[in-house]
Amino acid sequence: MSEVMTAPARTMNGTGKTVLEVRDISKSFGGVHAVRGVTFDVREGEILGLIGPNGSGKSTLFNCILGQLTPTTGEVRVGGASVTGLRPSQLNRLGIGRTFQLLQVFPQLTVRENLILAGQEHEGSRLKRLFGPRDAGLTANAERMIDFFRLGHLSDEKAGGLSYGQQKLLDCAMAFMAGPKLVLLDEPAGGVNLTMLGNLKERLQAINKETGATFVVIEHNMEFVMSLCTRIIVLAEGKVIAEGHPDTIRKDPKVIEAYLGH
Amino acid sequence: MTDFIQLIIAGLATGAIYALAAVGFTLLWQTSQTINFAQGEFVMLPAFFCLAGIKFFGLPFPIAALVAILLSMLVLGVIFKFAVVDPLMKQGTLPLVISTIGLAILLREGVKETYSAEAQRFPSFFPNVNLGTAGFNVSADQVGVLIVATGTILLLAWFLASTKTGRQMQATAQNPTVARILGVNVERMVLYTFLINGALAAMASLLISPIYLAKFSSGETLGLVAFVAAIVGGFNQVRGAIVGGFLVGIIDNLVAAYVSSTYRQAVPLALLVLIILLRPQGLLGRAEERAV
Amino acid sequence: MSRTLKIALGVLLIAIFIVGPADLTGFGIPWTGLKRYGTYILTLWLVTAVAAMGVNLIVGYAGQETLAQAAFLGIGAFTTTLLQKAGLPFGLCFIASGLVCFLVGIILGFPALRVQKHYLAFVTLAFSVFVWLVIRNEEWLTGGVNGIQGIKRPVLFGISLRPALYYYWLVLTLTAVLTGMMWWLLRSPWGRAFTALRENSVRAESLGIDVRGYTLMAFAIGSGYGGFAGAMYAPLVEFIDPSPFALGASLQYLLMVVAGGAGSFVGPFVGAAVSVLLPEWLRFAEGFYLIIFALLVMLLMAFCPTGIVGLFERLTTKARRPHADDKGPTLGTGTGSTTVAGSKS
Repeated sequence: MSEVMTAPARTMNGTGKTVLEVRDISKSFGGVHAVRGVTFDVREGEILGLIGPNGSGKSTLFNCILGQLTPTTGEVRVGGASVTGLRPSQLNRLGIGRTFQLLQVFPQLTVRENLILAGQEHEGSRLKRLFGPRDAGLTANAERMIDFFRLGHLSDEKAGGLSYGQQKLLDCAMAFMAGPKLVLLDEPAGGVNLTMLGNLKERLQAINKETGATFVVIEHNMEFVMSLCTRIIVLAEGKVIAEGHPDTIRKDPKVIEAYLGH
Repeated sequence: MTDFIQLIIAGLATGAIYALAAVGFTLLWQTSQTINFAQGEFVMLPAFFCLAGIKFFGLPFPIAALVAILLSMLVLGVIFKFAVVDPLMKQGTLPLVISTIGLAILLREGVKETYSAEAQRFPSFFPNVNLGTAGFNVSADQVGVLIVATGTILLLAWFLASTKTGRQMQATAQNPTVARILGVNVERMVLYTFLINGALAAMASLLISPIYLAKFSSGETLGLVAFVAAIVGGFNQVRGAIVGGFLVGIIDNLVAAYVSSTYRQAVPLALLVLIILLRPQGLLGRAEERAV
Repeated sequence: MSRTLKIALGVLLIAIFIVGPADLTGFGIPWTGLKRYGTYILTLWLVTAVAAMGVNLIVGYAGQETLAQAAFLGIGAFTTTLLQKAGLPFGLCFIASGLVCFLVGIILGFPALRVQKHYLAFVTLAFSVFVWLVIRNEEWLTGGVNGIQGIKRPVLFGISLRPALYYYWLVLTLTAVLTGMMWWLLRSPWGRAFTALRENSVRAESLGIDVRGYTLMAFAIGSGYGGFAGAMYAPLVEFIDPSPFALGASLQYLLMVVAGGAGSFVGPFVGAAVSVLLPEWLRFAEGFYLIIFALLVMLLMAFCPTGIVGLFERLTTKARRPHADDKGPTLGTGTGSTTVAGSKS
């Protein structure tokens, strides 16, 4: 019963090959151990939720995976090859997109320009970008993305003039612009109202279905994460304490304890 | 060998003065994220306060020196904070950096136009006698400078580490938000930092001017040396700035004697580039994480 | 302003720049042109503007600080002078000057940009002093404090450009070409990347933009513009010594760009005009000129950090804009279409 009510359409249930391997990642700042030996795999096409109480190390783990921080120990592998120590831009060009906890669009650029920017470094050489067309041949692509995220009437608006919810959609759209195989979303639902939340979830599921892109989502909004994700990993005090289907996680006493025990 | 030891002592003396300027620079950066490109001019100016006190008001040298220190704390501390840093902080880093560069030009040209464009002889606190033996020269001046400058630094270090106000200042430097939550009066601590920087600059000025003369343009070199000392030491570390100051002072003196005096000025710069290439976090600094 | 009117104004402006300083009485127009000194000042303005354009790329677009533009101008000036003395034509000297500065920019910027934001400022500060020391000390190469005299103005297609007006036209042409190149650069995807890394370098990096690489290119190209300006400067003044390439001059380039309007395309031209003309207007003030300039910059920074161009824009748009502050993160106020679309799921 509950399966039918809460679970979204799980067309691609992570049966494919492994996209991202996180191997025994630890990160300490001075004497504080933020992440302690985290290991997990992300399989092609799944929507993996990463949850845990505040300070459990979710964001630090994200930043270690994405090259924003250098992990103290451990290894990150993408498609079988180690990517530990690569810079964020290099990771992005390998097909890993991301969004940030706080909204990060370029307010001075138009919506279309924001999207072209998000895609321009992925094709051709830098020299070509200097002498080639101004839009790097991405206008059509950007327009498609704008339509997909239902920002159609806003193409020529400065991103800074958009509403918060619209900026959030743009933020997500930018992460998908280059057709990434894996996208890490850091609290996509934060500060978004209910209607916009439904819109966002539906768009994310649609893009997952259409392109087969894999997601990892950090989220505090339990309703959102439980109905969006196909699998969930729970972090507490820098360690993985539970892993599994949303419905199993919901009932796991260890998870309940981690959330309530603090 | 005696030459070498003499040079080391001379290097320590000038190095101690550089350390004063570098520590002030670092403190300002820590507590208020102000890169003060006028720091060299801050060290140039107080000597002229002192000279003006002697020349125009007939003050005896020690009184004039004291007035210069107080005036520096007022002008380079209070006025600098409220008239330059506070209003510009709101506009962002670049406008603030540009303004300190503007301020440097203002002070330099101001001294040149109102006092003199010529280098001025400056009285010393210490008698001009040789404390060493016939073949081994150590002037009382050098020893005096070394003692006073080192004493000032030790006093500051003690103040920062052992008094309540000092610890509050350090808390403010490390994390203003947390400091505020803990009940520290952050605004007052920032003001103290500016006052201390003014006083340190004045001390450095009074100690270095007898050696290199007081000149409107000397801030360029002094500022550069202060930057180099601060970066060599670790940029965000008071201890680093002290070590950096001494190191630059010693290297400066050794190079001038053994290598080339025409390129003396270039040596701290070479040191700077070397540090940035090999150990960008500075000798004592910790690498800063790439933050989100 | 309509598009045609804009184009018409642009054409008119270009025409004024071309014929403005010339004596037109021979064509029946009662305008005797600028005197030799006036033409010299106008040329100097163009040269300064080219160097300032480079600074603007580094400061206004890539968000870095450079304190070495005068040093690059010096490298350019001496490169052109020495190569000209070796018998190379001006065209080659000019290109070589820009190229040398571009390469030096890469060598200098590469280590500095690995680290913190302000390190480029410190490294360029050090470099400025170093270049000045070399120019002053290496007499065999640069003439030391006595400098090099009698720098020749080029000869083009058999016509000597020795007259002030002819040389002005050459500088005007080169400036136009360099301005066009800068325009192209800033309109290309590179320009978009520059804007992005200035506004939010962390986000830019996460979108695949090699922040370090682009910043380095901005610095090197900006420095190259310093070299081009130096190549035009040496034959203009016909005598070079260390003083115009000292640290103080580099600071002035930075200040003039910010005063004009960093990140605005016309900013460097405005800033250069202020910097070149102000000493002429403030001649009575003599040494106080720099003090006034410094005060002006500080006031601008405090009240209008977008510079003179920003001030002008603020004054002209005030009338048309009812409320200045209409953005800011208002939580979840999705507009019609997106919300309706969302509610379908």
